[in-house]
Amino acid sequence: MAQTSQKPSRYAEVLLGVVLLVVVVAFVFWMFASQVLPGLAPVAAQGAGLARPSDLLFYLIAAVAIVAGAGVAFSRSIIYAALSLLAALLAIGALFIYLNADYVAVSQLLVYVGGVLVLILFAVMLTSKIGDKAHTNPSTGVLPGIGLTVALIAVLGYVAAKSPWISQPNAITPAQTARTIGDLFLKEYLLPFEVASLVLLATLIGAVVIARKEMKE
Amino acid sequence: MLAPGLAHFLVVGAVLFALGTYTVITRTNAVGILLGVELILNAANVNFVAFQRFNPSPLLTGQVFSLFVIVLAAAEAAVALAIVLAIFMTVKTIDVTQSSTLKE
Amino acid sequence: MEMLLRLNELVLLAAQHGAEAAGEGAAHAAAELGPQKIVSVSYLWLIPFFPLLGAAINAFAGHWIQRRFGKKYNSYIAVGAMVLAFAVAVVAWIQMISLPASDRYMVNFLWNMITAGDVQANLSFALDPLSMMMTLIITFIGTLIHIYSIGYMADDPGYWRFFCYLNLFVFSMLLLVMGDNFVLMFFGWEGVGLCSYLLIGFWYEDIEKARAAVKAFVTNRVGDFGFVLGLFLLFWALGGSWVETKGRVPLRESRWAMADPAYKPQQETGTLYQRDSSLSASKPATTWENYLRDPGSAASKDGIRVGPSLTFRELRDQVAVDATGMRQRLSGMTFFGIPLLALVGILLFVGATAKSAQIPLYVWLPDAMAGPTPVSALIHAATMVTAGVYMVARLNFLFALSTTAMTVIALIGAATAAFAATIGFVQNDIKKVLAYSTVSQLGFMFIGVGVGAYWAGAYHLLTHAFFKACLFLGSGSVILGCHHEQDMRRMGGLKKFMPLTAKTYLYACIAIAGFPIANGFFSKDEILWKAFDSGSNMLDPSIGKLIWVIGWMTACGTSFYMWRSYYMTFTGEYRGAHGDSHHGAQPLHPVPVTGPLAALAAADAHGVVAHSPAGRDMTHPDSGPDPHALGVAGHPDHPDHKAGGGHGHGGMPHESPKTMTYVLATLAIGCAVTIVLGFWAPLGHLLHIEWMQEPLLERWLSPAFAPSRELVESRSANSGPFWEWLLMFASVAVAFAGWLVARAFYKDAKSTVPDKIAAAFPRLHRLVFNKYYVDEIYQATVLRGTGLLARALAVFDNVVIDGIVNGVAKVGLFVANIEGAIDKYLVDGAVNLVADSVVNLGARMRRLQTGRIQHYLYAAVLGVLVVIGINFLIH
Repeated sequence: MAQTSQKPSRYAEVLLGVVLLVVVVAFVFWMFASQVLPGLAPVAAQGAGLARPSDLLFYLIAAVAIVAGAGVAFSRSIIYAALSLLAALLAIGALFIYLNADYVAVSQLLVYVGGVLVLILFAVMLTSKIGDKAHTNPSTGVLPGIGLTVALIAVLGYVAAKSPWISQPNAITPAQTARTIGDLFLKEYLLPFEVASLVLLATLIGAVVIARKEMKE
Repeated sequence: MLAPGLAHFLVVGAVLFALGTYTVITRTNAVGILLGVELILNAANVNFVAFQRFNPSPLLTGQVFSLFVIVLAAAEAAVALAIVLAIFMTVKTIDVTQSSTLKE
Repeated sequence: MEMLLRLNELVLLAAQHGAEAAGEGAAHAAAELGPQKIVSVSYLWLIPFFPLLGAAINAFAGHWIQRRFGKKYNSYIAVGAMVLAFAVAVVAWIQMISLPASDRYMVNFLWNMITAGDVQANLSFALDPLSMMMTLIITFIGTLIHIYSIGYMADDPGYWRFFCYLNLFVFSMLLLVMGDNFVLMFFGWEGVGLCSYLLIGFWYEDIEKARAAVKAFVTNRVGDFGFVLGLFLLFWALGGSWVETKGRVPLRESRWAMADPAYKPQQETGTLYQRDSSLSASKPATTWENYLRDPGSAASKDGIRVGPSLTFRELRDQVAVDATGMRQRLSGMTFFGIPLLALVGILLFVGATAKSAQIPLYVWLPDAMAGPTPVSALIHAATMVTAGVYMVARLNFLFALSTTAMTVIALIGAATAAFAATIGFVQNDIKKVLAYSTVSQLGFMFIGVGVGAYWAGAYHLLTHAFFKACLFLGSGSVILGCHHEQDMRRMGGLKKFMPLTAKTYLYACIAIAGFPIANGFFSKDEILWKAFDSGSNMLDPSIGKLIWVIGWMTACGTSFYMWRSYYMTFTGEYRGAHGDSHHGAQPLHPVPVTGPLAALAAADAHGVVAHSPAGRDMTHPDSGPDPHALGVAGHPDHPDHKAGGGHGHGGMPHESPKTMTYVLATLAIGCAVTIVLGFWAPLGHLLHIEWMQEPLLERWLSPAFAPSRELVESRSANSGPFWEWLLMFASVAVAFAGWLVARAFYKDAKSTVPDKIAAAFPRLHRLVFNKYYVDEIYQATVLRGTGLLARALAVFDNVVIDGIVNGVAKVGLFVANIEGAIDKYLVDGAVNLVADSVVNLGARMRRLQTGRIQHYLYAAVLGVLVVIGINFLIH
């Protein structure tokens, strides 16, 4: 995790540490790829039908998203939770790219990360006592919550896994969806598009009204 | 190792949804609850896009829908935070356990 | 007009038939007795109706009429009703005379009152010669007494009430004699008892008079109980398969054997006079399905109903006609070992005992003198008390079958006659004398019907009606004239003040004493002769002779005390008070009451005996003066008195108004005229004069007594004309003897012998004077016993029965308390439990409303989870 406080004396240490880490990881990786993997080439070839690096990527991103989600759920501090949310949002954006939804991913990054999260951070800043950040996000009813969470995961996961979805893994998807979406917004989804803009307008006004009024008093 | 199919994405979405629900239920900080809500919405988005990818429709229904979700989530977050601020101004706390005036 | 023509025609027919009847009468005795033939008429109901109407008018409007128009209109209504009834009775009589003797049974069927199984009672009037005679007596003498009452009751404020009751009485009496079945007769029987009560207690404000009325009613009731028992027994004996029989005739199956075509109770005949032509004997009677076991018996040809019946005619037919076998059967039946007919006869006679004042139930009659004198005359001399005699005569066919019953009747009659006569010797109240004389003469009548001489008893009834009514009305005249003085010791010498009254009284005394120049002799002598001659009609032939002896001596006593009353009242000097009779009266000798019986009397709170204020002899409470003028102080005017002379109260006695004296004269003339009816069997027997063999009345009544005639005659001793004449002379001799003794003792009140005798035998005198203390004995035994029983039962009722009832109530209360507790704790508890649990649940459920959205969300998500799960599982 990145540290917000900056200390010039430690800058070099951190840099050195990171460089070292990268070198080591790269080395291990190169070793693995060149030494181990060729040995596994036939398995890899066989396994190429089973798995591809892109699959691995998926699992990695999914793991990040889930861990970040857990961080949002379980961190004690609201700041950590917010930053975990940031990570989760990024991960989900990556997932969108993986799913060939480039425009959606970019919108996600722009709107969520750039807008919503910033807003949340501002709100946190305005409403919590920074000094006490160790206990700024307590939680209650943990056990029932965990029970429910587990139940949810179990049920939903089971249903998701076991349902006979109609699925076409090799479906052709357009490389760039922006154009298509743009078209659609002005044809099929014109009405929702306009309504959404109205909603945004109302939101804008409403938020200003609500927040502003209170702040005046 | 299976290639990620629709089910995998749905499971990911389910887990995220569960965690988001946990956050909403257990957090006492209003902003924390909002974080959970965002998580839930994102989980839903994942589902939509996954369905669009694995069951494509010419209208890109999943993706468009998730776009709208993003838009509305943003709007809702804005308003919610405005309200949180307003409440903070009034009762000087955003602990939701303190504001259970709907209690019987 | 047409009616008059028909009437004329009938009178001629009557005359013709009357002559025929003379020959017919002797012949019919040999004819075989068949069922009574009847004639249907439609007007007999008018006879009782008119008095009823008069009573109704006087009851509802009488008081108003009296106030508005005056008393004479009340009397017009009443007397008018009586005259109309008498007129219709005379018409009926004429029709009856016009019928041949065997057909003299007129029936007026109105409607069927009750039919219940075997019991059938119709509203139906019947006149046969016996009831015709009674009806004529009742209406004729009733009319005379009504006229008399105009004068007698003139200044009584209850004038209208009196006439109402009198008419009601006549109506009841007519029902009694004209009813053709037991039900109607009993209705009348009770009715006359009621009217007797009303009339005796006419001046009900005096408690003693009210008590006398109650005594009369209650005593009659006791007798009625016996009567009804006898009736039930008879009814039961006539039918029913459970009755044991020793007769040779097999038991009839049940009920009605066949219909008599002549008797059609459902049909109205409509016209005033009709003779049912289908009744001729030559026409065979139709027979229909009959229940007799012997289809060849004669009864099936004559059409007689066999079985239980309440109608006199049907009873008579069943019992009198041999062919039905009912007579044999009844004669053979016993009831718990007692011969049935004897028991029935005695029980029925018990009713007669009460109604006709015989031993032991005569006690009400002397007390009944508390009523106004016309009442005493009508009810207690001429009519009501004769109901018992009438009943026995009517049922002669039953009584004649049982010598036991006949003996009982005759003996009780004789005993009563003698007993009452002795009491009459020493009474000082003139009405009391006459009352005991009535009891005595009724005893004679019962001797007559007891020994089987039914016509003689009926004849004595008739003659007695005349002369006793005359005596009573004469005494009433005397009482009125002496300003309501009833004690003979304060009368005397009234001959010169009230000549007409004296003359009629004298003639009536001649009649009752039994001198041959008045009618009493003929009837009394006939009775005594028949008693002597009764033979095996009695249980033992000598009983008849004993009865004759008793009767003969009673006749002597009768003569004595009647002449005593005459001489004390009418001869000598007037001993009464000059001025108001309540002051300055001559001192009388009160009869002291001492000894154990005094203790009895004193102990009895409702003492019949002994309070003696102011020197007056008050041992007989109703010997007090008629209070019909209002008390001591004021004697109001008598506006209806048209008497001669200055009628000053406190003046000397005076003659009564013409309405009263003319009635007396009529009755006296009647006494003379009715000699004809009984003239003169002894002479006929001696000289074998055809038309005198059977006196007129006997011939007239023979159809009614035909069922028993042969039986009685067959059992009689047939002593012969010698004895008849001997006994007759003995009767006359003894009557003379009584007269002479009375004359010697009491004429002009010169003799002191009576007082000396009374002084010589004080205890005996007191015993007889106090009526042998019979009333006191009854009081101490029967009445006290009943009172004790009533009290015991009341205690039982209060303690046991009320205890049971209260106990039940307490149990109920206890159960109710338990139920209340159950209701309160269990039921309410359950209800409350439900409510409380709801409240508690609600309270607990309320806590779900935490107010925290997160919790709500939690629940929502959980629900969603469930839905998804289910959905997945289903698909």
